[in-house]
Amino acid sequence: MPDVNGLGHSMRRKEDPRFIRGQGNYIDDLKLPGMLWLDIVRSPYAHARIKNIDTSKAAKIPGVLGFVTGRDLEKYNLHWMPTLMSDQQMVLPTDTVKYQSQEVVGVIAADRYAAADGVAAVEVDYEPLPVVVDPHQALQPGAVKVRDDKDSNRIWHWEVGDPAATAQAFAQAATVVKEKIYIPRIHVASIETCGCVADWDAANKHLTLYMTTQAPHAIRTVLALVAGHVGLSEENIRVVSPDIGGGFGGKVPVYPGYVIAVAASVLLGKPIKWIEDRSENLAADSFARDYHITAELAADKDGRITAMRMDTVADHGYSDAQAAPSKFPAGLFHIATGSYDFQTAYLAVDAAYTNKPPGGVAYRCSFRVTEAVHAIERMVDILAHERGEDPAAFRMKNFIKPEQFPYKSAFGWEYDSGDYHKALRLAMDMIGYEDLRREQAEKRARGELMGIGLSSFTEIVGAGPSKHFDILGIKMFDSCELRVHPTGKAIARFGTKSQGQGHETTYAQIIAEELGIPAEHIKVEEGDTDTAPYGLGTYASRSTPTAGAAGALAARKVRDKARKIAAHLLEAAEEDLVWERGKFHVKGAPGRSKTIQDIALAAYTNHPQGLEAGLEAVHYYDPPNLTYPFGSYICVVDIDRGTGQVQVRRFVAVDDCGVRINPMIVEGQIHGGLTQGFAPALMEEMQYDENGNLYGGTFMDYMVPTAVESPKWEVGETVTPSPHHPFGAKGVGESPTVGAPPAIANAVVDALWHLGVRHVDIPLTAPKIWELLKRHGAALEE
Amino acid sequence: MSTHHIQLTVNGQVRAADVPARLLLVHLIRDNFDLTGTHIGCDTTSCGACTVLLNGKPVKACTVLAVQADGADVLTVEGLEQGGQLHPVQEGFTAKHGLQCGFCTPGMMLTAVALLRANPDPTEDEIRWGISGNLCRCTGYMNIVKAIQYAAEKLQVQEAQPA
Repeated sequence: MPDVNGLGHSMRRKEDPRFIRGQGNYIDDLKLPGMLWLDIVRSPYAHARIKNIDTSKAAKIPGVLGFVTGRDLEKYNLHWMPTLMSDQQMVLPTDTVKYQSQEVVGVIAADRYAAADGVAAVEVDYEPLPVVVDPHQALQPGAVKVRDDKDSNRIWHWEVGDPAATAQAFAQAATVVKEKIYIPRIHVASIETCGCVADWDAANKHLTLYMTTQAPHAIRTVLALVAGHVGLSEENIRVVSPDIGGGFGGKVPVYPGYVIAVAASVLLGKPIKWIEDRSENLAADSFARDYHITAELAADKDGRITAMRMDTVADHGYSDAQAAPSKFPAGLFHIATGSYDFQTAYLAVDAAYTNKPPGGVAYRCSFRVTEAVHAIERMVDILAHERGEDPAAFRMKNFIKPEQFPYKSAFGWEYDSGDYHKALRLAMDMIGYEDLRREQAEKRARGELMGIGLSSFTEIVGAGPSKHFDILGIKMFDSCELRVHPTGKAIARFGTKSQGQGHETTYAQIIAEELGIPAEHIKVEEGDTDTAPYGLGTYASRSTPTAGAAGALAARKVRDKARKIAAHLLEAAEEDLVWERGKFHVKGAPGRSKTIQDIALAAYTNHPQGLEAGLEAVHYYDPPNLTYPFGSYICVVDIDRGTGQVQVRRFVAVDDCGVRINPMIVEGQIHGGLTQGFAPALMEEMQYDENGNLYGGTFMDYMVPTAVESPKWEVGETVTPSPHHPFGAKGVGESPTVGAPPAIANAVVDALWHLGVRHVDIPLTAPKIWELLKRHGAALEE
Repeated sequence: MSTHHIQLTVNGQVRAADVPARLLLVHLIRDNFDLTGTHIGCDTTSCGACTVLLNGKPVKACTVLAVQADGADVLTVEGLEQGGQLHPVQEGFTAKHGLQCGFCTPGMMLTAVALLRANPDPTEDEIRWGISGNLCRCTGYMNIVKAIQYAAEKLQVQEAQPA
């Protein structure tokens, strides 16, 4: 019998054997008989009227078989679709295009080369229209109106907190700091782009949609709701999410390409494959962030934070196509009071339409937590520096104390557990904080620029409790269906969908811990809506807090039934049985025992009369609260006065995600997440010119870090279990992406504060820092 | 479009095809030969997901024409395992958790194979520079470096043993 490999074991991943042999099954690997290709004509303009679409030349190209336009879809009222925020988005336009790279015509062909030829030969006559790119301008009276179906560019205004009490606290404060902080538009840039194969079976009115989605069940329901009137019925829709080459939130939304592929399959009666190329992926979908925050923080004379105020403009592009819980249009942005103990705060967000692609997705982020954490961690640092206090000591003074948990934040969140002091102390010990401060002072005296930056973040994940959390009305529970086979092996299916997180391994370990069946003997499946139980999918670090919990509780239900069977086999009363992992024994007689494997066999061969045969359970887990992972990161940077180049010399990350299932996988997630935090801090940004043209839509100019730029991460851990999760876990995937950017930004400002620099927006590129050094007389120029 | 008859060796097997002049090597491998372990991640020779060894040298198969591989020897991820034995680089990637979603992994491993052939005992910096033409979005590269170090050690031990 192999090791059980329950919680806390770094067992090798069960998904690796296929991936290291090139035997993964990603969307573009799928080939169906008779399959045709879809490629898409896209708009070169950010705003234009379509005067004419001429497909006659394209139609003559060998292999080109058909076209799908907005007018074609309009006949079925399928030229529009709802976004996950109940806004609307064009599938294909009938009159105007609203962003550069918007889908205009679908071209169907026999192979991918012919489809591309067809795209090149379609002639579209556009009349360019005025463009609004800046969300602040978009909100001004008289601005170019982005949406014909709306009164203005203001999508919504949302606020939380007490504005009057906050104003009063600011009036009475000893120190007030205020800063404009921009969190730039970035892109998930998973190495696999998006795509699908739509397979319509006309005889049976059945659609199979193989698709790069993080949330297959929700997609099935949305399809049934949107296309029910043309004959798509939910029992006849099967969504299959195959192996996913990275998701990070970018594979949550429904992009027009998927819908065009479905429409084309229905119209032509053939399977249709659509695979984005990299430029389409970068230019047209899954942008994230783009928050313009004005933040203020107040402190009393002792340097205790008393109040916070944030006013934010959110750029959503041409449609509010983010994927946030419907009750919270700005997501969980109001976690922005962070790790600090104060009870007066006010936060407002105005969302704007602009002529840019719709969004924005929660990129490795629990719905705007990244934006919130960047704002509060920058402001706390500014406040500490302004008062001449050490940023670490200032944080320690203002942290919520361990004995205050569960802690109700100013905006009403109930933080489940935490020990922020312990995590920061560990990070300081690991990096040698005091020595670094001494080194910094010496270097500064010599004119060298060295900075030390901290970030002590609180995350909010595991969405979520059904009383507050839904997507399009569907509550954000998640699920597990567990079946134990007669030979003591098991299969477990979940409503989530791994995109590299290693669910096939970690979910098996959860059930192994609960039942004592070796993880190696537990097969985990996700992503096929015909077989997996309903769930809301994998994003927002919710898999372990929700589906992982469902797995544990399904296993406990199985254990409850196993107890009845064991009592029958051992001829003992149920209450006289003692569970030790993997078997029941009779109290006081450890020799009289039955293993879970014995019991599984009996469940099919010798089950007690009056009890159902079989050994299986389903659990739908509705979490009682969110979980609140946290951590403290410390970053050391050196800045080259000759070039403005920022070098991350060291980076210590202490994470507390509660109980860890597979420490190897957790550490891997932290490494990757830190790198995805490093990237926007120093390299990545999607920029647009005043005409709405994207500067660069390829990997030649969207700078994803390579092994050379990426720092050598030093990781540490503390463990503060979640009190309400079945086995104390909290979720970890996003913490590092959320926590890393402010640590790096704080380090850079720390290096430059004595020059008079108070804030720099990320990304902290060499040209930007170089300009700053010149402005403050610190650049070394020949 | 002219069609060309080409013949090449892929993972030790002789393969032939009639291909249009513009067909990319990556599509020949994936679509004609059904070897889908070689992935496509970008259009600009930037990400390296499509890396294969062409006559022993790593190339990005999205930027090589199939006709350029006429007469060549091609190694893809499917050819790394020999006689049921994983290549030490494959072993290293699973032992050191050098992969998460697995999409960049085949290209990354082939780059690593070529790197270790040219430099059997690389420093960490040499490994990082050596794989800098391959993007990974999941791992942060730390464990990929460890995986390649694992393979380097293992290969050196194998080398030292008499055959």
